[in-house]
Amino acid sequence: MTTVHRDQTLFAQPALREGMRDMRAVSLGIAAWGLVTGVAMVKSGLSVQLALAISLFVFAGSAQLAVLPLIAAGAPLWLILGTAFCVNLRFVVFSAQMRPYFEHLPRLRRLVYGYLIGDLSQVLMIRRHPHPTGDPQQTHYFLGVSLANWIAWQVPSIIGILTAQHIPGAWGLAFAGTLALLGIVLSLLADRTIAAVIVVASALSALLFWLPLRLNLVAAIIGALMVGMAWEAWSQRQLASSGRLLDGTKP
Amino acid sequence: MILLQQIALVVGMTVVTVLSRNMFLLSRKPMPLPARVKIALRFAPAAALAAVVAPELLLLTPLGPPWVKLGAAVIAAGYFFARRGILGTILSGMVAYWALSWISRTWA
Repeated sequence: MTTVHRDQTLFAQPALREGMRDMRAVSLGIAAWGLVTGVAMVKSGLSVQLALAISLFVFAGSAQLAVLPLIAAGAPLWLILGTAFCVNLRFVVFSAQMRPYFEHLPRLRRLVYGYLIGDLSQVLMIRRHPHPTGDPQQTHYFLGVSLANWIAWQVPSIIGILTAQHIPGAWGLAFAGTLALLGIVLSLLADRTIAAVIVVASALSALLFWLPLRLNLVAAIIGALMVGMAWEAWSQRQLASSGRLLDGTKP
Repeated sequence: MILLQQIALVVGMTVVTVLSRNMFLLSRKPMPLPARVKIALRFAPAAALAAVVAPELLLLTPLGPPWVKLGAAVIAAGYFFARRGILGTILSGMVAYWALSWISRTWA
């Protein structure tokens, strides 16, 4: 089968359509989050062109929202990118989980699929296909879920970017971006160790806010990771069990 | 921001996205990870997001007194724990934010 032929038939695949349907059922939350991110980017001072470029290329809502206060404060690029990477580390876990599904694909396809990994597409994929078999149905399903996710995110995000300047600042819509981030933090709250990590990171970040260049973020992340690792080591010794570290990650 | 900085920002953040989502897909070779790195992977997103959100809620309150944002966040968190769902969390938090701002303006 030639590449052209394969691509023409790809969109007729029932598995792809099934994926798009499953994502459409949960797309309202994504759309709201995308709209809020688009509005918040412009409301925090980015130009419309820059916000559009970030939305279309970066395609990572929580990282986009997380760097906004840093950009507004004039933080250096390395700190902005470092923060974005830390926020995105959950995708590193996802890429490890998706690896068995994509292993057999050529590299370019793997990279395209990897780029499309999102919080919800990953959850839906694992729920629908818990066991990777190398069946093309599985990758078609993932592509369907991911394309629907991309559309459900980008369209409201672009609408938000283009309409933000007509929304009065007094509505305080930039705060909606903070609320979206709060929701994501809470959704990561899987166990007591993560609760401790969140409390320590919040406290350190607020207490060290006087540091220049938003270095409070670096101190907060390092401090919270140290507390988390110490806590984990202590509870591991208590349980005297191991091997469930990555499995413990909530998707 | 000058144009060059904007381009560097977009390119840099795109690289961050591609790198993080493809970390385990770039190569077919097995990639064993030390246990410490696995723990850091699990905690870092929550730590980074909390570190960004906390000062926004606790310190940066240009509109009205600090309890306005904090109160709205508590109500949004309450909604999240009761119902889950990001849409309702944002909506309930914004309604609370507007209500509390209005109260602080009227009573102060």
